[in-house]
Amino acid sequence: MKHDLAKVPEIIGRYPQQPSSLIMVLQDIQKEFSFLPCEALEQTAKSLGVPLSKVFSVSTFYNAFSLNKKGDTVVRVCIGTACHIRGARQIQEQMETALKIKAGETTADGKFTLEVVGCVGACAMAPVVMTNERYHPQCKVNTVKKLVAKR
Amino acid sequence: MRIESEKQLRDYRKKLVDADRKLTKKIMVCHGPGCLASGSEQISEEFTKQLAKKRIAGVTVEAVKKTGCHSFCEKSPLVAIEPAQILYTKVKVKDVAEIIEKSVAGDEVIERLVYHDPHSNEAIATYPDVPFYKYQTRLALRNLGKINACDIDDYIRVGGYDGAAKALLHMTPENVIDEITKSNLRGRGGGGFPAGRKWASCRAVESDVRYVVCNGDEGDPGAFMDRAIMEGDPHTVLEGMVVAAFAVGANDGYIYVREEYPLAVINLQKAIEQAEGLGLLGDNILGTGFSLRIHINRGAGAFVCGESSALMLSVAGNVGEPRAKYVRSVVKGLWDKPTVLNNVETYANVPLIITNGAEWFTSIGAPKNAGTKAFSLVGKVRHTGLIEVPMGTTLRRIVFDIGGGLLKDRPFKGVQTGGPSGGCLAEKHLDLSVDFDTLTTHGSMMGSGGMIVMDDRTCMVDVAKYFLSFLVSESCGKCIPCREGLYQLHKLAIAISEGRGTEQDIEKMERLSEMVVLGSLCGLGKSGPNPFLSTISNFRDEYLAHIRDHRCPAGVCRELITYEINPEKCDGCMACISACAVHAITGRKTKPHVINQELCTKCGACVAACTRDAIAVF
Repeated sequence: MKHDLAKVPEIIGRYPQQPSSLIMVLQDIQKEFSFLPCEALEQTAKSLGVPLSKVFSVSTFYNAFSLNKKGDTVVRVCIGTACHIRGARQIQEQMETALKIKAGETTADGKFTLEVVGCVGACAMAPVVMTNERYHPQCKVNTVKKLVAKR
Repeated sequence: MRIESEKQLRDYRKKLVDADRKLTKKIMVCHGPGCLASGSEQISEEFTKQLAKKRIAGVTVEAVKKTGCHSFCEKSPLVAIEPAQILYTKVKVKDVAEIIEKSVAGDEVIERLVYHDPHSNEAIATYPDVPFYKYQTRLALRNLGKINACDIDDYIRVGGYDGAAKALLHMTPENVIDEITKSNLRGRGGGGFPAGRKWASCRAVESDVRYVVCNGDEGDPGAFMDRAIMEGDPHTVLEGMVVAAFAVGANDGYIYVREEYPLAVINLQKAIEQAEGLGLLGDNILGTGFSLRIHINRGAGAFVCGESSALMLSVAGNVGEPRAKYVRSVVKGLWDKPTVLNNVETYANVPLIITNGAEWFTSIGAPKNAGTKAFSLVGKVRHTGLIEVPMGTTLRRIVFDIGGGLLKDRPFKGVQTGGPSGGCLAEKHLDLSVDFDTLTTHGSMMGSGGMIVMDDRTCMVDVAKYFLSFLVSESCGKCIPCREGLYQLHKLAIAISEGRGTEQDIEKMERLSEMVVLGSLCGLGKSGPNPFLSTISNFRDEYLAHIRDHRCPAGVCRELITYEINPEKCDGCMACISACAVHAITGRKTKPHVINQELCTKCGACVAACTRDAIAVF
């Protein structure tokens, strides 16, 4: 797959060209493409003077980074403690059934990616689901249906 | 304009206070995470829109304040009317016109929208009388809900940057460290290490460069008070860091904010720009010649990066694997330079201590545990939200008075504190004083301050399994006891929860836990077995029920339960039938339904859908 990589040098240029800028550069690339294209990682390594192996090691260590393209809507089911004891597991299963994928996967049409996250920090509204940047508090089984029905 | 002396700061404040007096009414719309999710942004917009059209004496659009978290998240979205201190709960956009007409233009209280006591159903109009607020003492959270987070003028008006001015203009760095040491301020991130001692040892190291770092990672599932402070009162964090940097002699500061909090990053960034604009941050602060530049680093989603040495490696752009700390970070921290690392809540306390003095601070709280602690009170409790109480408050007061008791008045089982590093406290612990030392003695810990209330429908084996699974996926993998030990513990917990466990498994888990605690490098591994150890010591019966009787008393562990419909309670509404994804429930309208046990996956969707409580778990 080809990606429009013309933006990459500009993103790298936002920060000082030194190894300590690595995470911030990767964050911006991730934001732009919703994942880290391999070619962008090579350019980053070269510009910041970091071995490519280290760029990969950082990219795979942190949960925020993904080497695979994500769907248009990223559904994040929070499974933090408060959500867990208020039934997050059911919500996750309902999502998996509704989208016909497992957590961590993307639907074949590229519309949805399903993720589970440790805690989104909105514990008083448990159980919580996020679709892209939007929070859905006190999720019930019906909420799942509604969220997914939009596809 | 730049503020270059104490007098200028005082004059500036006077001007702001005078301007504020002209506002006869203020409408405080909560823009905390909970209220934003339930639509508070539309509500504040509607207020602004309607006030722009209407002419009410003394009320302009400026009366609408987008504030930080009001903390009573259960009742979100929240709107408070000042100065009458009226609190409106679960406000909808369509209520706005009525609120303006009755409570802003007039002095009437809309009873339908105020808090009602769940027991007596009595309406309580003003927030100081609502039990949720009545028993709190808010220091670190003092400005949440009172000021607009994105407006430095609001912060200065309520006394902001006074602490920094006092420290920089009237005290020496030694004086400041002395005051903090005397106040006995202990690290609110959970460790409880005395902040004064940390600052003093950092200052004592000879070096040309030093750093102050703020830990805003807050990865503990179940905690969100640091988020509320960074989003709702970012200047207090900056002010605390200015004081700390002045005390230790640092000119660069870093705030490490976790990836899930984009709004915190935006608000902190704005706050930095505003403070730099007024000369309260940046070069030559308050004309004293002292400079501090604060940078924001976004985390990238790794729980272990809340650990100090991992955090500093991550700030420097590396993989966040903790290192052995035979050399403390106050000696060799960020880029191998002496570094003071404190958490958000700790910094939020600093300005108050400098302004009011150490003695004032130690007069609050418990012996050796001065001050207050903020908690996120969540789980199966009636009033979920953020609270702050003096150290030494009992768990009973927190859960039953502030929290309003358990949801649906179910029996209380326990409270989980301290996140994955903490433990579960049982009913016998309800009268314990909540402070660093007492919690640690009883096998739990303060941690960053998550407090998750559990009822009889929460299975303790499942809770232990849950935390172990979290830690297995978050272990950085650098040292074997943590990486492999937690994995094996998790495997054994799964076996018990599925009814395949033996009593020897419990012994194995206890021995393994000991080794993981001894052999792990950082706090993640060292405290990793805590959720298991505390549940086994307080709830052993529950483990034994799984092992001996193949029964999950709480009705949670899927392999050991069955769902059955009580034909006497079922009115045949078909709600469960439409909720069931595997078509395991059959029946006709108005006739009791039946679950086919062979098809049932025990997902519990039917229980959630049933309005008559007709589905029993065995």
